[in-house]
Amino acid sequence: MIRFDNVSKLYPTQTQAALDSLTMEVEKGEFVFMVGPSGSGKSTFLRLVLKEDRPTSGRIRVAGKDLHRLSNWKVPHLRRRIGTVFQDFRLLPNKTVFENVAFALQVIGKPRRQIGRDVPAVLELVGLEGKEDRMPDQLSGGEQQRVAVARAFVNRPLILLADEPTGNLDPATSVGIMKLLDRINRTGTTVCMATHDQSIVDQMRKRVIELEQGKLVRDQTRGVYGYSR
Amino acid sequence: MRFQYVLSEITTGLRRNLTMTVAVVITVAISIALFGTGLLVRAQAETTKGFWYDKVEISVFMCNEYATGAGCADGQVTDAQRETIRQTLEEHPEVDEVFYENQEQAYKRFQEQFDESIAESITPDQLQQSFRVALKNPEEYEGVVSAVSGLAGVQDVSDQRELLGPLFRALSGFQIGAIGVAALQVVAAVLLIANTIRLAAYSRRRETGIMRLVGASNFYIQLPFILEAVIAGLVGSIVGCLALFGMEQLIISRLIAPNLTFTAWVDSGDVWATVPWLLLTGVLISAMASFITLRRYLRV
Repeated sequence: MIRFDNVSKLYPTQTQAALDSLTMEVEKGEFVFMVGPSGSGKSTFLRLVLKEDRPTSGRIRVAGKDLHRLSNWKVPHLRRRIGTVFQDFRLLPNKTVFENVAFALQVIGKPRRQIGRDVPAVLELVGLEGKEDRMPDQLSGGEQQRVAVARAFVNRPLILLADEPTGNLDPATSVGIMKLLDRINRTGTTVCMATHDQSIVDQMRKRVIELEQGKLVRDQTRGVYGYSR
Repeated sequence: MRFQYVLSEITTGLRRNLTMTVAVVITVAISIALFGTGLLVRAQAETTKGFWYDKVEISVFMCNEYATGAGCADGQVTDAQRETIRQTLEEHPEVDEVFYENQEQAYKRFQEQFDESIAESITPDQLQQSFRVALKNPEEYEGVVSAVSGLAGVQDVSDQRELLGPLFRALSGFQIGAIGVAALQVVAAVLLIANTIRLAAYSRRRETGIMRLVGASNFYIQLPFILEAVIAGLVGSIVGCLALFGMEQLIISRLIAPNLTFTAWVDSGDVWATVPWLLLTGVLISAMASFITLRRYLRV
């Protein structure tokens, strides 16, 4: 589903490579944690998967597409097959919960009928039924993140990328979000989550990919956050 | 494409940047009005040409008793010389009509044109017989002039086109000035539109960021911004056109045309003829400016 072949990324202003000859593969339906200290290349990895950046060298395949050959005007179609969740939720403050989720479908031109059917369904999946008309600032952090997950998932993407989705949440709320991501993973969606949250990684016992200074230093199925940290 | 979404984006966007939008409208209006003025001056030059060229004729003055010069060595023009000149003119392919004016007729015309006191000091025999030549095509006068100017009995050939030279030079100078100022205004308008769009893109970066993430197409993301600029540009162009109509009514129709009747003047029909070009220019300027700006500030 995601395949990196000897991928390096060097930002023009930096001497240290953000990614250094990374080779890895994530299969369809997998749940993967990306761990590593800040600046180890996790965010660069996510940006490259979304084709927000181009690698300096190497090949990337996402959802069967060679990103090197994917022309710019087809990039939006790639992104429709990838859902993204961030630490800071990124909701629109002047739209209700329903509108925030519907927005993702509106702007890719989905018909009103489909929006009326899919948005309530996904809000029920993330456990927000009855809160459709709330504004984001009337919700707790965990609920806001659920809205963000609903928005990322409403178009049934093949891949869900999550960049420290529990970074702003307390441990109990984080567990709820992780259960949600796990449920989404069980529907066949590949989930790729960058995190610093040790307890979550240790609890979930999923595949762990550890990066350090842009290099792959560990790839462990049913792994833990780290040995000696 | 959800039309309603685009529409609401545009209206909120225009309202949010109201001051900048007003600035864009004013700048575009001024540049369009000046550009239109330039076009109207050109139309005025054409109108003047058309008006005068119908009346323009070549005058072939023949020698009288007192004449000196190469063609007048024999003194007063003889009947034979006059017939040769007439024949040359009538056989020339560019000549439409030839009228003969004798000294008596010339004297009458002189009396009509000048005060009595001056006319009294002149006698008919001091004036010249002449042929008035109407041309088929006023532009093609040189051949006729050169055909007759060497003939015996011809003192002088005058072409009234020469009299219009200074007028045309003034008009073209005015036109260059108006279009030059319009060009400067267009530069200002483009920069202002670019800035407005940049601000709009910045104030909506949250929305556009999410749109990019969920895979909205570039066109869909950029369309509200471009339409916003185009609407402001169109409103500005319309204001500029209205200003142009106003100027035509106030300055030309009321002030100039009734008082200066020596030539025809542009009318509101000429203004109408420039309107499509002016609107097109205004819309294109704003569309191009916003498109180029968005390429920089709303990347994939």
